[in-house]
Amino acid sequence: MSIRGKACIVGAYEHPTRKAENKSVAQLHAEVALGALRDAGLTRADVDGYFCAGDAPGMGPLSMADYIGLNRLTHYDSTDVGGCSYLAHVAHAAEAIAMGKCKVALITLAGRPRSEGVATGTAPRPGDPRQPDVQFEYPFGPAIANMYAMCAQRHMHEFGTTSEQLAWIKVAASHHAQHNEHAMLRKVVTVEDVVNSPLVADPLHRLDCCVISDGGGALVVTSPEIARTLKRPVVTIRGAGEAIKHTDGGRIDLSYTGARYAGARAFEMAGVKPSDIKYASIYDSFTITVLMQLEDLGFCERGQGGKFVSDGNLISGVGKLPFNTDGGGLCNNHPANRGGITKVIEAVRQLRGEAHPAVQVKNCDLALAHGTGGSLGTRHGSATLVLERN
Amino acid sequence: MSETRIPPAPTPDPSTQQFWDAARQGTLLIGRNTKTGKLHYPPRPVCPFDDEGEVELVPAKGTGTVYSFSIMRAKVPYAIAYVELDEGPRMMTNIIGAPFESIRIGQKVRLQFQPTDGEGPPVPMFTPA
Repeated sequence: MSIRGKACIVGAYEHPTRKAENKSVAQLHAEVALGALRDAGLTRADVDGYFCAGDAPGMGPLSMADYIGLNRLTHYDSTDVGGCSYLAHVAHAAEAIAMGKCKVALITLAGRPRSEGVATGTAPRPGDPRQPDVQFEYPFGPAIANMYAMCAQRHMHEFGTTSEQLAWIKVAASHHAQHNEHAMLRKVVTVEDVVNSPLVADPLHRLDCCVISDGGGALVVTSPEIARTLKRPVVTIRGAGEAIKHTDGGRIDLSYTGARYAGARAFEMAGVKPSDIKYASIYDSFTITVLMQLEDLGFCERGQGGKFVSDGNLISGVGKLPFNTDGGGLCNNHPANRGGITKVIEAVRQLRGEAHPAVQVKNCDLALAHGTGGSLGTRHGSATLVLERN
Repeated sequence: MSETRIPPAPTPDPSTQQFWDAARQGTLLIGRNTKTGKLHYPPRPVCPFDDEGEVELVPAKGTGTVYSFSIMRAKVPYAIAYVELDEGPRMMTNIIGAPFESIRIGQKVRLQFQPTDGEGPPVPMFTPA
């Protein structure tokens, strides 16, 4: 059974904070939950499905359901594949709604790595020693930044991609972020600014990396019947795909991502092709993340991502594929070190015609949101959504 | 060139004790399927490729090429890498004994076990061949 057209996103909310020194993580979850429900014109009494991932404190959904006060849950899911969990949750919510397991699904994400002083990208994290890969990887100092850097290094080797081409991705994000009053980095940067910023993990520079921010976001997914009774523009889930890519017993290939599979599945379900997409939210933990996923989603040929992103091709109103018009993780927000939910939120804004006027895509009736979770350098989840305005 | 980063000790478990015991003897073991001959890394008791066959641990020659790498600009910088063993499997490791600016993808390297923090077993790193 396909979930095409079986569910709609009716509520979307991004917390305005980027530094929540005086709030708890649970509080942020509750605040974004109410924000998204308010946006939808619903209340927590309407919620019978709840979705959260590893950023939610407590065992799976239990503590958050208790803390937020969700008393009518008939369905729940705490699938955790890192930053793309929330795109998977949208698909899982659509499945649950299509199967009649719930009618109003709430998805929340929140965290405060900035206030907690987490060295997100640069500090190797030991992880659970029972995780079978840890003893074969942790001694060598894997950190998020150097894992993605090895992907970039390999991409440069195989395809001739350059640091200047990667820099264009940050440049495009900064052009969008200047219009977002909540964005952490609103200053427009140049290719030179990016390649002259200090190296963090060769060949990635400081400005190739996303921000570290506190905050969160939430989504509300319902059946089309309920969506039509609400006042907000109807955004329908037209296609969804998921995939896991890993080290494959020593056959790891750093030149592509799981988007190759997740994207193909989402496009097949939606019955559309990349050239039909008017706006794309692309997970942007690093510039290289965007470049590789654009190739793997089929927006350009494999190996041609560097040329594709150059010369402002991702800038709204300038290039062919407007991306991350909120400024993305690179400039706006990467709450809880997990950028998946903000990818969906900005796609919803675009489809509703509620993005900032300076970056709003004209006649935006078909959008894509794609996320990655975990590490492209080892193992990661991928989730793709094709969304349409009805 | 400073080479002062002391890697944290790996934490062997019952399924990997043989691998780390061999490491103390200077031998790098990889997994081999007794029926299909397919090699995998890191080694595990259940073959990740084939349902048939048992896994035996066999020594690698200890030679390979750099598949990718990055210089981590930490307080004590280090070169993290994937090395492709001549037998086929790619493994996460560090490149040592080489100026950072000299490291290249495709460069030939050879195994050199390095001591870890405390009483732990040494870990397999690589240096220019």
